[in-house]
Amino acid sequence: MNPILKLLIDGGQLSTSQMAKVAGLTEAEVNQHLDQLKKDKIFLGWRPVLDLSHEAAAATAVRAVIEVKVTPERGGGFNRLADRIARFDEVESCYLMSGAYDLLVFVKGGSLQKVAAFVSEKLSTIEGVLSTSTHFMLRCYKEQGFLLDGGEAQTSRLNVTP
Amino acid sequence: MSNDPKRWVASHVAALPKSGIRDFFELVAKMKGQDVISLGVGEPDFVTPWHVREAAIYALEHGKTYYTSNLGLIELRRAISTYVEEHFGVSYRPDDEAIVTVGVSEALDLAFRAFCNPGDKVMFHQPCYVSYHPSIRLVHAEGIAVPTFARDNFALTAESLRAAWQPGAKILMLNLPCNPTGGTCSREQIEKIAEFCREKDLLVFSDEIYSELTFEGTHTSIASLPGMMERTIFLHGFSKAFAMTGWRIGYACGPAVLIDAMMKVHQYAMMCASIVAQEAALEALKHGWDQVLRMREQYHRRRDLIVRRFNEIGLKCHSPRGSFYAFPDITATGLSEKDFSVNLLQQQKVAVVPGTAFGENGRGHVRACFATAYEQIIEACDRIARFVDASGSKTR
Repeated sequence: MNPILKLLIDGGQLSTSQMAKVAGLTEAEVNQHLDQLKKDKIFLGWRPVLDLSHEAAAATAVRAVIEVKVTPERGGGFNRLADRIARFDEVESCYLMSGAYDLLVFVKGGSLQKVAAFVSEKLSTIEGVLSTSTHFMLRCYKEQGFLLDGGEAQTSRLNVTP
Repeated sequence: MSNDPKRWVASHVAALPKSGIRDFFELVAKMKGQDVISLGVGEPDFVTPWHVREAAIYALEHGKTYYTSNLGLIELRRAISTYVEEHFGVSYRPDDEAIVTVGVSEALDLAFRAFCNPGDKVMFHQPCYVSYHPSIRLVHAEGIAVPTFARDNFALTAESLRAAWQPGAKILMLNLPCNPTGGTCSREQIEKIAEFCREKDLLVFSDEIYSELTFEGTHTSIASLPGMMERTIFLHGFSKAFAMTGWRIGYACGPAVLIDAMMKVHQYAMMCASIVAQEAALEALKHGWDQVLRMREQYHRRRDLIVRRFNEIGLKCHSPRGSFYAFPDITATGLSEKDFSVNLLQQQKVAVVPGTAFGENGRGHVRACFATAYEQIIEACDRIARFVDASGSKTR
């Protein structure tokens, strides 16, 4: 496996110069690997993981998860509709699911009204969408592998032990 | 009559030197708040996996607060028996050939107390874990240090054993992979050691606490070789591979008569290991293997990083095949291992442990633990490089 891909899978918290040292490569080689991974559409990009619950300005953002039932199409199945829904800026993620509904859509909007408007005006009016069930997120406890409330206590490992 | 309280201390305890690690610990403790990067620890930087911690909470919630059998929970002994058979190729009966202890340290103490008469001779390879020689002296036995060398990647050789052997030697203490050197032995080397043990009728204490952290080749337990199970006390625990140091759970496996002797000491000294920790250990054995592999992969890459950096800096360092310790040779700096460690700590705020804390044969080396985050290892190595450059050493 590409050595840089391995480091990215581990959590990707290293800078390119740190990755170079860990993998025993030059920084230029790390960048080449990253470029190749981008070309191969394996590495799609960086995104910070933020806890904005204490940021007054950002706290107005509303997130919802929407269960969507759609009619599959001959030849394309769910793909064309899923792609069409995924292209909206409001949609953060979109998955095809097994079970009682077909698509699970993660949506973010500036306010409850804006998300509601997106669902009622954009999403549910698409031909082929049979029903939607919207759940607003109230509080986040863990985001992308990061615990929001404290996480592990500061390490109390002693500095020198046998 | 003297009023000095020291007069109450038993003479063999008074004569015991303090661990070299202790002095160094105090030196580092004085630098609190000064951005010290420590490569001086002897434990994983991973917190115990959550599913294991959660099992302990569940046990408490369900009132698991009692003593257990002296030998430990039978469910845990069964799981240990299965695990040891699968991973080490030795089959022990859970009923009477395994005992759960408070860390491997207790298992080792039990073994020394159960099998050493005053004056018995115990061979051990050195550099070695700090407690081995003192434990031997505490039971009034005599230690015979067998040197291991950087030229052999600190593997113990049958030749060194033979050279150090003395009449009356009764026990051989093994620790492979080794703390502090990371040294291991190939199967061929272990076979020769086993042959030597059979020839000299030695009982073997085999501390295999780092065995899961073997990066190249496969780990061979001496107990799995022909004619060795009946003369081996297999010692293992959860601290390193399962990141459970603070839980203090270890175990010993061996012939029923020998485990029974250890149990006698254990029942009077300790009664049993903590039930909560035993429940957690059971969960670790049942569902923890994926996490062990994940952590081992991390240690493997960190090892490659730190060994490469040490060699680039000019500190000759073999690649340890197991454990999470690098043991570079610092003689090229012209400093003793103690001066190197103290000066490095004071000038660049990186803590490593002088090799002589692990016995005379650690001279000229320091122990650097790589169970530390990449960023810390990278920064620590940059600082060590600056230190070596500034010391005007002969490394270039």
